[in-house]
Amino acid sequence: MGTITLNQVTKSFGDVQVIPPLDLSIEDGEFVVFVGPSGCGKSTLLRLIAGLEDVTSGEIVIDGRPATEVPPARRGLAMVFQSYALYPHMSVRKNIAFPLRMAKMDKAEQDRRVDHAARILNLTDYLDRRPGQLSGGQRQRVAIGRAIVREPQAFLFDEPLSNLDAALRVGMRMEISELHAQLATTMVYVTHDQVEAMTMADKIVVLRAGHIEQVGTPLDLYHQPRNVFVAGFIGSPTMNLIEGPEAAKHDAHTIGIRPEHVAVTDDGPWQGTVGVAEHLGSDTFVHVHGTGLAETLTVRVPGDIAVRHGDAVRLTPDLACLHRFGDDGLRL
Amino acid sequence: MATAHSRTAARLMLAPATVLLLAWMLIPLCMTLYYSFRRYRLLTPERQGWVGFRNYENFLTNPAFRDAFVNTLILVVGVLIITIVLGILLAILLDQPMFGQGIVRILVIAPFFVMPTVSALVWKNMFLNPVNGLFAYAAKGMGLQPYDFLSQAPLASIVGIVAWQWLPFATLILLTAIQSLDSEQMEAAEMDGAGPLARFRFITLPHLSRAITVVVLIQTIFLLSIFAEILVTTNGGPGTASTNLTYLVYVESLLNYDVGEGSAGGVVAIILANIVAIFLMRAIGKNLDA
Repeated sequence: MGTITLNQVTKSFGDVQVIPPLDLSIEDGEFVVFVGPSGCGKSTLLRLIAGLEDVTSGEIVIDGRPATEVPPARRGLAMVFQSYALYPHMSVRKNIAFPLRMAKMDKAEQDRRVDHAARILNLTDYLDRRPGQLSGGQRQRVAIGRAIVREPQAFLFDEPLSNLDAALRVGMRMEISELHAQLATTMVYVTHDQVEAMTMADKIVVLRAGHIEQVGTPLDLYHQPRNVFVAGFIGSPTMNLIEGPEAAKHDAHTIGIRPEHVAVTDDGPWQGTVGVAEHLGSDTFVHVHGTGLAETLTVRVPGDIAVRHGDAVRLTPDLACLHRFGDDGLRL
Repeated sequence: MATAHSRTAARLMLAPATVLLLAWMLIPLCMTLYYSFRRYRLLTPERQGWVGFRNYENFLTNPAFRDAFVNTLILVVGVLIITIVLGILLAILLDQPMFGQGIVRILVIAPFFVMPTVSALVWKNMFLNPVNGLFAYAAKGMGLQPYDFLSQAPLASIVGIVAWQWLPFATLILLTAIQSLDSEQMEAAEMDGAGPLARFRFITLPHLSRAITVVVLIQTIFLLSIFAEILVTTNGGPGTASTNLTYLVYVESLLNYDVGEGSAGGVVAIILANIVAIFLMRAIGKNLDA
C-alpha cells in the first residue's frame, strides 16, 4: 500500500547541498506534515518524492518497490500544487478527468469517477465552468479532485492553503482532514504554518536546512521538543526561551517555558512591565518587557484579566512544565 | 489623475499627432476615391472627366485580377502556415536552456531588421540565382541540374522569402507566450501521466492560442500588401504568376499609366482586405477575449 521510505537521500543544486543524507519512513495511511521555515528544503523533499526532481544520491522506495528511477507518472502519487496548476482552457470536468484520459480509461468509468469526486468535494454544480470562473477555495477543490480520481497510493500537498484567505484556510484544513479520514490514503503535506501541522498531522517532520530536527506526533513535539529549534518553532505563540543565570539555576544552558505555563500573580518571582496586550476575547497574550530574563516574555492569561500597556506585573512560571536544554541545544 | 483639467490637457497634447495622422490617412484615401471615378491616363492627361464605375469594371474584368486575387491569398496563407509552424518549433527550441542563448536569440531575430528590398535582393542573387546562387552551387555539387526558382516556381519562392522575413516575428511572440506558461501546470500534467506530445497538445498549444491569433492578425495585415519583394525579384511574372493585388495596382497605374484604374484597384484591395479581416476576426477573434 502507500508506504514511502527514503534511504540516505541527498539533493544538491550545483555545489549547494540542500538535502544532506536523510532517512524517513512514512507508513500506509498516515498524514505526515513536513514543516519548517521557508528555504528549509521541505518542498524540495516533496518534489523528490514526486519525482519532479532527481535525487543526487540515495534511494526512494514507494509501496515496497524502488522508485528512484521511476518517472513521476508511474509512481502512483498524485500532487496538489501551491498554485493549483489547473488547466485554464479546460472545464472543471475535463480538468478532473485529465489524468484518467491520459491513462486511456474508458469514458463511462471516467464519468463515474469524476462524478464521484465532484460529489465528495461539492463541485457537482461547477463541472462545466472554467477554472477562471471559480473562487480560490473551489479551485483548490478541483485540484484535489484531480488528485483523487487517480486513486493514488499517496497524496502530496505542496503548501495547498497558502493562497487562501484565513477563514477559508481553516475550512479547507478541516475538509482535507475529513478527506483523509474518508479515504484513509497516505498523505504527505508541506507547510510553513505550524498551526496547520499541529491540527492536521498524524506525524510531523520538522525540517531545518534540509535536516530532520524531529519526527513525532503533534503532542510529542509540543510536550517533548528534542531541541531549542523545535521548541521555538512548535506552539503559538512561541515558547519563551531564557538563557543566562536563570537557566543556570535549573542546570541548563537554555530553559523554555510556554506562554500558557506562566501565570500573572501578585507574588511571582519574575517582574516586568506590560508592552502589548493582545486581547483575543477568550485569551489575552501579554508581552512583558524588562524582566531581565529575555527581551520579551509572552504570557497567556484568561481573556477577562485587565492588563494594559505600562502595567507592572509579577509572573509565576509552572516549573513542572519547564523545558531544559544544554549547550548543544539538545533537550536535557 | 483623471481630473477634468488633466483630461483637457491630455487631449490638447494629443491633438497635433491625431490631426497629422488623420490627414496622413484621409487625404490619400480621398484622393484615391476621387481618381477611381475619373478618367486619368498619364499618356493622355488632357482627356479627363467623370467615368462612373468604368474604372472598377475594367479592373475587376481584367484577367490579371483573378490571378492576383488568388496569388494574394496563397501568399498570405502560405506565409502564415510556414511562420506559425516553424515559429512554434523554434520557440520551443529557444526556450530550452542552452549555451549562448542570448546570442542565438539575437541571431534568430536578425532577419526582421533587414529591409524587405535588401533581403529579397540577397535571396535573389545569393541563393536563388540559377548560375551563381548557393542553391545552384549545392545542386551542382550533388550532380543535379540547378533549379531556376524565380522562373519555375516564382510564387513559392516569394512565399519562402517573405516567410523567412516574418519567421522571427512569429518566433518572438510565441517564445514570450511559451515563457509565460506556468511551470507547475507542466509538472501537474507530467504527474497526471501526460507524455511530452500530450503535454504539447493539451497544455502548450492551448496556452499559445492567443499568441497565435495575434500573429495571424498582425501578419495578415502586412502580408496583404507585400510589394517590394515582388518588385525586386520577379516583377510579378512570369506573366501574372507572382502578381498580387498590390502589385497589380502598381502595374495599372505606373506601368500602364492608368491612374484611374489603379485607384479603383486600390479601393478594391481595401474592400477585400476588410472582408478578410472580418472573416478572420469572426474565426479566431474569440481567442482574444479574456
